[in-house]
Amino acid sequence: MTTGDNPLTTPTATTAAATPDAPGFSLKARLFRPATRQKLLAFASLIALMVFFSFASPQFLQTDNLVSILQSTAVNGVLAIACTFVIITAGIDLSVGTLMTFCAVMAGVVLTYMGMPLALGIAAAIFFGALAGFVSGVLIAKLKIPPFIATLGMMMLLKGLSLVISGTKPIYFNDTPGFTAISQDSLIGDLIPSLPIPNAVLILFLVAVAASILLNRTILGRYTFALGSNEEAVRLSGVNTDFWKVVVYTVSGGICGIAGLLIASRLNSAQPALGQGYELDAIAAVVIGGTSLSGGTGTIVGTIIGAFIMSVLTNGLRILSVAQEWQTVITGVIIILAVYADILRRRSSSNKH
Amino acid sequence: MIQRRAVTTTLGVALIGLSGLVQAQQAQQAQEIYIPLVSKGFQHQFWQAVKSGAEQAAKDLKVKVSFEGPESESMVDKQIDMLSAALAKKPQAIGFAALDSQAAIPLLKKAQAAKIPVVAFDSGVDSDIPVTTTTTDNKAAAALAADKMAELIGKSGEVALVVHDQTSRTGVDRRDGFVNRIKSTYPNIKIVSVQYGGGDQLKSTEITKSILQASPNLKGIFGANEGSAIGVVNGVKEMKRSGKVVIIGYDSGKQQKNAIADGSMAGAITQNPVGMGYKTVEMAVKAIKGEKLPKVVDTGFFWYDKTNITDPKIAAVLYD
Repeated sequence: MTTGDNPLTTPTATTAAATPDAPGFSLKARLFRPATRQKLLAFASLIALMVFFSFASPQFLQTDNLVSILQSTAVNGVLAIACTFVIITAGIDLSVGTLMTFCAVMAGVVLTYMGMPLALGIAAAIFFGALAGFVSGVLIAKLKIPPFIATLGMMMLLKGLSLVISGTKPIYFNDTPGFTAISQDSLIGDLIPSLPIPNAVLILFLVAVAASILLNRTILGRYTFALGSNEEAVRLSGVNTDFWKVVVYTVSGGICGIAGLLIASRLNSAQPALGQGYELDAIAAVVIGGTSLSGGTGTIVGTIIGAFIMSVLTNGLRILSVAQEWQTVITGVIIILAVYADILRRRSSSNKH
Repeated sequence: MIQRRAVTTTLGVALIGLSGLVQAQQAQQAQEIYIPLVSKGFQHQFWQAVKSGAEQAAKDLKVKVSFEGPESESMVDKQIDMLSAALAKKPQAIGFAALDSQAAIPLLKKAQAAKIPVVAFDSGVDSDIPVTTTTTDNKAAAALAADKMAELIGKSGEVALVVHDQTSRTGVDRRDGFVNRIKSTYPNIKIVSVQYGGGDQLKSTEITKSILQASPNLKGIFGANEGSAIGVVNGVKEMKRSGKVVIIGYDSGKQQKNAIADGSMAGAITQNPVGMGYKTVEMAVKAIKGEKLPKVVDTGFFWYDKTNITDPKIAAVLYD
């Protein structure tokens, strides 16, 4: 589908703002397009943080440490991608953290309790993630329960179910050889020994690429943005908005299933009590990445950069041995600054047009 | 434009200056032995007491320590990230209180490969990598709580437990230690309820109230950590059953100490968190020097009540 086929093709603020520089724009114009500039700004902050920590501590910029930063971003990054879809529709998903845990537990049930092969465990995690997402979607689209409440309910429900199903004990994956490889081994490292990047990171990037394609090149993506910009207009133009909303939450749930696999593989266990609080980290990454909580705009690249800003900050402050209470204060300040910078940027770009 | 460039340059210079300062400081520290402690928590007063013990040892033994832990005891992956950052700092030794032994194995192996001795504290690690473990025998401590409970209620009647967590090692050990002792030794005591409040005072209060509501003849409640125990005290007070229900707590803290002093709590088990922190650093220093260490260093536990709360030996291990 090419631009212009459908009145819904340019529903996003970012694309709309980009229209002035039509065909023939130079590289410079392209670089200064608001959408690109926003990503550049976030990326520049990330680089600035890394430069600062590199100067501040000789231990920061070492392969080992960079690898652990990458690894610590994987789970939050994937959860943040899941959140990005929902937040672009002007919704919110508070259940991503406990849903991740629920999926890990279901993988444990299939692999450890039932002794099924690895592929089925992977499928189970993604399937149950999508199923839970589907339920959230139906609660929101069909029963008209506000997303905040519906997913708050799901958050608790899933937390409880994880504890019930696991018998409140961690489920270990010792009997499934290869399960820890999902997250901990390094395919890249096998090819290039000097780059021991764990598979979890590879999976994060694959999920990010797939999510980007889904969001920018498919009808699902188009409706995701449209729902967040003006749901009523979309409905009036004859689109089944309820259906697409359910699809968005289902996709988001499936992605949480992948996060569940990553964390379970990393810990070699499904930890049933874990998960609450992770949704806030994910939402913070999305927001730092420039996705607006009021919906209609957002990019996967931004979200990934947001997730990296959070983990670089956490790691760097730890490497500098900053007292933990101050680490939390600084992280809070950075989140507020990042979002405020984004608001300033939006204001200045909307003044110009 | 010039102005902007000036600002950028100033910022750049300031940044480099700042990092130079940090580096100089680190170079100075390089001669010093550095031991990071990655604990299970950080906000609870218990962990703050472990931290103060570690800092005391650092002062006595002239080493540098740092102390970190995740916000809650369920955040296994956050703790792994902390351990990983601690290892990146290339310390001479490391202290580690594992939330989940298995999850930490790959990193512990890395520490072993880098010849960084690991001292486990609080709870053990199912592995022979740690050079030693400084810990409290939580099962034995909770069994002592059960004996005291039996003694105080006349060896018969209904009791309940408010525990902080059903998945963590300490939660499981204290629950099992208490329950097993009652079952094996006191046939006339019936455990009517075991509930979990996440160590949260408010949640534990609500839980206690519902237990009391359900069991009008309840004779005693065991609160398995600081937050749980205070919740139990509050719940009993709010239900106006003070004096009719024997409350036994765990650990200390200002509120719990006050409750024992004013008689609303019969007594509590205390571990020795300050000693645990101290021993962990002391053992780490010995390990760096290559001394041979025992497999387990028991840091001990004590029963305390109104009668001995001011005893210097007890007062030394209690924290506010």
